[in-house]
Amino acid sequence: MLEIKNLNVHYGVIHAIKDISLTVNAGEIVTLIGANGAGKTTTLRTISGLKKATSGEILLEGKVITNLSAPEKVELGISQVPEGRRIFPAMSVFENLELGAFLRKDKAEIKKDMDHVFQLFPILYDRKKQLAGTLSGGEQQMLAMGRALMSRPRILLLDEPSMGLAPLLVREIFDIITDINSTGTTILLVEQNAHMALSIAHRAYVIENGQIVMSGTGEELAKSSEIQKAYLGGK
Amino acid sequence: MEQFLQQMVNGISLGSIYALIALGYTMVYGIIKLINFAHGDVYMIGAYIGFAATTYGHLGFFPALLLSMGLCSILGIVIEKVAYKPLRESSRIAVLITAIGVSLLLEYVMMFFVGAEVRSYPKVLTNKMFHIGNVVINTQQIYILFTAIILMILLQFIVQKTKTGKAMRAVSIDKDAAQLMGIKVDKTISYTFALGSALAGAAGILVGLYYNSIDPLMGIMPGLKAFVAAVFGGIGSIPGAMIGGLAIGIMETFVSGYGYSMYRDAAVFVFLILILLFKPSGLLGKNTREKV
Repeated sequence: MLEIKNLNVHYGVIHAIKDISLTVNAGEIVTLIGANGAGKTTTLRTISGLKKATSGEILLEGKVITNLSAPEKVELGISQVPEGRRIFPAMSVFENLELGAFLRKDKAEIKKDMDHVFQLFPILYDRKKQLAGTLSGGEQQMLAMGRALMSRPRILLLDEPSMGLAPLLVREIFDIITDINSTGTTILLVEQNAHMALSIAHRAYVIENGQIVMSGTGEELAKSSEIQKAYLGGK
Repeated sequence: MEQFLQQMVNGISLGSIYALIALGYTMVYGIIKLINFAHGDVYMIGAYIGFAATTYGHLGFFPALLLSMGLCSILGIVIEKVAYKPLRESSRIAVLITAIGVSLLLEYVMMFFVGAEVRSYPKVLTNKMFHIGNVVINTQQIYILFTAIILMILLQFIVQKTKTGKAMRAVSIDKDAAQLMGIKVDKTISYTFALGSALAGAAGILVGLYYNSIDPLMGIMPGLKAFVAAVFGGIGSIPGAMIGGLAIGIMETFVSGYGYSMYRDAAVFVFLILILLFKPSGLLGKNTREKV
């Protein structure tokens, strides 16, 4: 579904992403794990159109979409939950969700998707009139995910959904990610929490200093001694 | 007491004009963090459009108002596209200096075409006086107040309820996140300039009616005062701009009404200094921390 070929991204003179290639097949959860500053977020921002690539290609179902603008990519079915959630704090939960469906005009279907989001995250229903800035960290993460789902994406890009959350909540969020995937949404998940990410991913890539250094199924990587040592706190 | 009420009436009329201008300042600041110093001159051009429409086009008050609002919103969009958009990635000071440049450009291009002399506005409204007790309210003041109120209600509706308004709020909160919703930032910024400039155009006509005279430099002082009003209300806040505009208008009329009209401009700027000293975020503004 999503294919990245020899992607290079620069910040000024800094070569942040070096010749990355990766594939996400329809229906999969693919995770990109790596340390802080490895280039995970940059990769996602380039896919979603917030950052321009210097060279290489991004293809969505065979169609080249490399440097389209972010709104154009949303229209094509790519939706990103950005790092740090980036909800609109001065707007209500309901308005945040509405904005997620900004490009859509099918009111009845939007309503249906909104109900679906409230089903996934019942707490958002209770808080729908509240300003989003007053939500707790976990609730904000749920809102950011719900908002991204409102565009009815074909592929959902998740950037560090576990960031700053208590372990129990992380578990809950990851269960929901699996749920979302099981209803047909393809997922590309970027995580520092390699343990959790590998436990739900079909396939995984490891990124170090802007390069892919390893890939395989979630299980394979979870067992690999190098991964154990570098990311999972094993010996 | 009568003196007090009379000044209140005058102050509210003047203040609602300041409020209309202040809204444009605050909306533009909210969305691109720019103090658009050319905004006062858009208002001046609005006054001239109204002048031409009523004097040469023999239009009535409302058609002239709509024409001025329409043309000013186009002017606002053009200014943004030509002068500010190429500087989107530049430092804020570069854009600010550009805004001052645009302001001077509008003032002196206007002076070139229409001359520097003061012109008097035609009487478009029959000027009836209404006496309530000993307080006098004239037709112009009623028109000013109602036009301002209707425009503000309309603006609130657009900003709070329409899709475009929600996009404007989203972009002003977080540009990247807004783009991820599918919102086109450039288009939204254009809308904001169009709305703000339309309000300035309306204010231009209203002030022409109120003071009866216009000139190419008329935008400078009300522009600055509306800016003070926006800062007082909390820059970036729409209700803040409305309250700020009224407050500055009332303050100014009281200062001149009680015999200190020489100091009325000074009073406004002393007030600005006090706000900046004691409540720099303004009445309804948010304290924002600078991100490092």
